[in-house]
Amino acid sequence: MVEYVSTTTGLFPLPDWAKEELTDLKGHQKADMVSGDETEEIEAVYDRARAEILSTQRAAGVDLLVEGQYRWDDMVTHVLSVNESVETTGIARYYDNNNFYRKPIVTDDLEPSGDVADELEAAAAFADGALQAVLPGPYSLAQLADDDHYGDDGEFLAALADCLAGEAEAFPDVEALTLLEPSLGVTDPDEPDRVREALETVSDAVDAPVVVYTYWGALEVDLYATVLDADVDAVGFDLVTAEESARSLVSEHGTPDSVALGVVDGQNTRVESAEEIRATVDEFVDAAGDLETVYVTANTGLFYLPTNRFEAKLEALGRATEPEVASV
Amino acid sequence: MTGPREQFRPDDHPNEHFLLTTVVGSYPKPKWHDRARELFEDPDGDLDRGAWEKAKDDASRAIVDEHERAGIDAVTDGEMRRTEMVEYFADRIDGYERNGRVKVWGHNYFDKPSVYREVEYSDSWLVDEYEFTSDVATHPVKVPITGPYTLASWSFNEAYEDDAALAIALADLVNDEIQQLVDAGARYIQIDEAALATTPEDHAIVGECLERIVDGLPEDVYVGLHVCYGDYSRIYPEILEFPVDEFDLELNNGDYDQLEVFREPTFTKNLGFGAVDVHAAEAESVAEIKANIRRALEVVPPERLTISPDCGIKLLPREVAYAKLENMVQAAREIEAELDDGTVEATAPAPGAAD
Repeated sequence: MVEYVSTTTGLFPLPDWAKEELTDLKGHQKADMVSGDETEEIEAVYDRARAEILSTQRAAGVDLLVEGQYRWDDMVTHVLSVNESVETTGIARYYDNNNFYRKPIVTDDLEPSGDVADELEAAAAFADGALQAVLPGPYSLAQLADDDHYGDDGEFLAALADCLAGEAEAFPDVEALTLLEPSLGVTDPDEPDRVREALETVSDAVDAPVVVYTYWGALEVDLYATVLDADVDAVGFDLVTAEESARSLVSEHGTPDSVALGVVDGQNTRVESAEEIRATVDEFVDAAGDLETVYVTANTGLFYLPTNRFEAKLEALGRATEPEVASV
Repeated sequence: MTGPREQFRPDDHPNEHFLLTTVVGSYPKPKWHDRARELFEDPDGDLDRGAWEKAKDDASRAIVDEHERAGIDAVTDGEMRRTEMVEYFADRIDGYERNGRVKVWGHNYFDKPSVYREVEYSDSWLVDEYEFTSDVATHPVKVPITGPYTLASWSFNEAYEDDAALAIALADLVNDEIQQLVDAGARYIQIDEAALATTPEDHAIVGECLERIVDGLPEDVYVGLHVCYGDYSRIYPEILEFPVDEFDLELNNGDYDQLEVFREPTFTKNLGFGAVDVHAAEAESVAEIKANIRRALEVVPPERLTISPDCGIKLLPREVAYAKLENMVQAAREIEAELDDGTVEATAPAPGAAD
């Protein structure tokens, strides 16, 4: 019997009141962005927003809650922006999006900062439900950051993986850890085995199931086969931008016991109905065969959306895994 | 080949040569105008709609006059009535709605509109703006319009199969609007495609959009395409096939590195040359701008050269914006005189020479 779990990939849009309060408190220049030393006043705004969004997710019927990643001004590279061995420099384009992040440059030995663990501790206090941790995957971090210290691509990737593992070890109990790996779908790695080792390094650091979530394209065949060999619990597929390629990978190479299916478009305001979401999921599951857990999720982070549509999408996701929505 | 450009030469132009000077569009809004908007939008403010409309008229008059005092040949009203380059049009096109602000980076947000059903043309977008501006201006008026590809790329597309299909639908509406503007007397139209040259193969979509945009326009309408902050090697030489008279390009900001792109094959259209930077808060000297213009003359002959800032200048302090325009016009006039007396030579290859 397949278990369906509604969740998200995190990176939520701030509620409008917090956009305003934080712009006033922080400013909107490069130097004003989160670097891990916010004032108590700023922390208080994030605490309120976090409490609010946990309750919104619960009310929407989402099964596996996230902290929201509101402090991640630089999106997935946040974990480096708050690290003491990293300098953030100019503004760079974030993948093929009209969004920008501060390019991180690693200048010294990376040590975990505990920043994400602190966020999860704060969330656990309000969560009152199953909590999922979100981290970037090591390969995406290596693609988005510059190395000014290790001097070797393989060493750099391994150091990022060790650092992420250190962050994950400090986590409170969570029900799952999702590693966001958009770069795996965007830029095929030269040495897939190193990527597999890096993923395993992070995965070994936690007891909870680990989902490697890839998006903006499907993986190349060889890379997919390598990721399947990795000791991770679930692989994620972006069924919004790459449904066909994802299905052909699965029909040829199968899946792990569990999968995450990105079926809600994180970058478009059109709100999918619960029935539509469920039909896409069921079609995939029927073709894939035996599965244990299916995480039903958005294909990307959700910060691209205005808050009204973001909340509507949460509700659709929450309903999609209810028994009465199961397709006939 | 100068196309219908000669109609913008002033009767009392002092030199034999004519480098058309113009602006890309936007200009800093007067502080009192921003204050009037705040009072109008504040529910507790005491400024009614009539007073707000008058404030916009006054701002428009002031900026047209400021352009003319700087000596600009083809002027705009600095887009005093417009808010932002996508939002303004989205609010006037049926099929668009707005849901709220989304993140661009850090705490910088954009009110990205959504296309929720087929787009349709209802009321005109810019005819009132054009009629008012041409009434108060003594110089010819240029009308900048955000292009369909940029409108599509910077919107959520809920209704069309892809952004290309949305862009093409919007191109038909832009054509409707330009027909209205031409009926009202406009002869200088500029399509702003800020999103062009940011993604591979986008020139094919923009080319198809432009064919629709210019469909049925009279011969004497001068059409420009403004492009900025992209990688021009992605779109050149394909854009030479576009049905426009002029390409207006941001070039100064990159210190003219991208000017090289247009040397081979020979640039056959008119060039709207970004002669001053819009991100440097200090006005370039006349001598510096003249040196820039001499570089443009290596790529196009003077009869095909238009001089403008890199982009809209609304983010500069107003006095800096004015100083840039004034110096830019003086530099153009001095180069014209030097071309007349032969102290500056046009070195651009003739069209077809390299073929």
